[in-house]
Amino acid sequence: MLKYILRRILMLIPVLLGVAFCVFTLLYFTPGDPARMVLGDLATDEAIKEFRDKEGLNDPFLVQFGNYVYKAVFKGDIGRSYSSKRPVMQEILTAFPYTLKLSAFAMIIAIIIGIPCGIISAIKQYSWFDTITMIFAMIGLSMPVFWLGLLLILFFAVRLRWLPSSGFSTFKAMILPSVALAAQSISMVTRMTRSSMLEVIRADYIRTARAKGQKESIVIGVHALRNALIPVVTLCGLQFGQLLSGAILTESIFAVPGVGRLMVNAIMSRDYPMVQGGVLFIAITFSIVNLLVDLLYAYIDPRIKAELK
Amino acid sequence: MNDTDTMLDIKNLTIHYEAEGGTVHAVEGLNLTLGRGESLGFVGETGAGKTTTALGIMRLIPNPPGKIKSGEIIFNGENLLSKSESEMRKIRGAKIAMIFQDPMTSLNPVITVDKQIAEMISLHKNVSKSEALKLAGDMLELVGIRRERMHDYPHQFSGGMKQRVVIAIALACDPELLIADEPTTALDVTIQAQVLELMKELKQKFSASMILITHDLGIVADICDKVAIMYAGRVVEYADKRSLYTNPVHPYTRGLFRSVPDIEEDVDELPVIPGLMPDPVNLPSGCAFHPRCSMAVDECRNSRPKMIEAEEGHFAACPVCVKKFMNGEALS
Repeated sequence: MLKYILRRILMLIPVLLGVAFCVFTLLYFTPGDPARMVLGDLATDEAIKEFRDKEGLNDPFLVQFGNYVYKAVFKGDIGRSYSSKRPVMQEILTAFPYTLKLSAFAMIIAIIIGIPCGIISAIKQYSWFDTITMIFAMIGLSMPVFWLGLLLILFFAVRLRWLPSSGFSTFKAMILPSVALAAQSISMVTRMTRSSMLEVIRADYIRTARAKGQKESIVIGVHALRNALIPVVTLCGLQFGQLLSGAILTESIFAVPGVGRLMVNAIMSRDYPMVQGGVLFIAITFSIVNLLVDLLYAYIDPRIKAELK
Repeated sequence: MNDTDTMLDIKNLTIHYEAEGGTVHAVEGLNLTLGRGESLGFVGETGAGKTTTALGIMRLIPNPPGKIKSGEIIFNGENLLSKSESEMRKIRGAKIAMIFQDPMTSLNPVITVDKQIAEMISLHKNVSKSEALKLAGDMLELVGIRRERMHDYPHQFSGGMKQRVVIAIALACDPELLIADEPTTALDVTIQAQVLELMKELKQKFSASMILITHDLGIVADICDKVAIMYAGRVVEYADKRSLYTNPVHPYTRGLFRSVPDIEEDVDELPVIPGLMPDPVNLPSGCAFHPRCSMAVDECRNSRPKMIEAEEGHFAACPVCVKKFMNGEALS
């Protein structure tokens, strides 16, 4: 098992190098001069030249990339933000707790609502509960998060004045962004749990459990659920990874100072080091979450554990 | 057979499934009796309703779409169909246990086998958890699996061993009636022989009655005392093994025997029963077999034949053949 984890962590290296290279290339070829963006339209040509020299923007592409990787690996330095002048790493680490909290809340909401709804929908297939749940899941899945976010603000913040419309400092302020972000995940978790459960409750071993004289609650809650949750765990992991890296819209709408918003601002202002650092950071978190999911997976499914040994 | 010896008496059992194209008449007015300590071979083609009958006895017909429409299942003098769900739970596993067809899928893949056996023991016996696990180990040894392997998961066992585990679960609480639903169909021939031998041995040891569902007449000859032949949801012939194998009466049974290859004879083509099993949504009127029967007369089309005793303890649902048989005429 330890060997497997180590191997997976080693595999991160080529992945991250690849990600860094892709982002670097894309940004290199993006039109727009970062010096101009940072210094403004009124800057003199001299100031711009000086900036470009200082930041190494005149070096050949591969040299620039090499320098970046060298510094990142050996000095742990992924550059300084052009706009705030603070180290990129520091900026990300300030923003990350917000994103983490937001994603975690959204995920918890998705699991608490999605899994029970999915189970009930499956065991009462075609009942009114199932129908209504599936309709809501469809709506949740197809409703864009910015639209849902605006609706939530309009209703709960503007009309009812129950909850604040922005910020992320108090628990109350966390509710709306978390719910908005969770909507799609709830729907996906519900649908996945339902379909997986539907498959499992028709399995022969469920019949075996019933033939033992076992209570229906244990047949469903223990025998069926543990098997049905295997694909749901994968989905939750992927979703969580995505939430961590992609809460950009939600963070923008609710003015949550997280990584997503940091990235958007960095892209808008051609803050190259910030964008690169941000993408790398997201790639790392995503990979780590994936690794954790795979380990969890092995824990739930003994057949996979056997393969990892 | 007198009444005190009767363990299971199924009267007029009818089970339907509601499907999109109409009602599937899976079991239609089925009658069957089983004495204490007897083994009954339950033979029929795929789709004849054997498994449905078995699940009906366990009251495990998936509902919806399935439903027991009418009839009685008298087990030890009590009608199972009028029992509550919680009463049924005390019977399932403890009094009537079932071995399922496909060992590959009948064990829960995420639970170790000892726990799966112990679950059965804990449900029906008043023992502590650790005792239940210990007894589970005993059961595994009884079916020929080493005790050290009790903490393994089902995927670590071969098909034959999984079926042994399934048998261990079924016998863990010493059931009075064991229903084995094609227990060897999914196994290869050598393993089949081993599993059958084991079942025979354990049946003796536990002195349980058994219903063996199969479509293999050879297995029936090997294990069973009585045989019931099922066709399109009904039992068409019921007799003790010797009598049925020497004097099959019902045209369907005779057709079955004719289509068993003989190792001594060299034939190019096996005789088959013409036609196909009828569509269970749309059963033929009268005797369900009449469209495929060479001896069918008008009566067969109009009225459903009753079981008639042809010789002692040998019943067949074919008045035409029974009459011929009793008159000593040859049944072609």
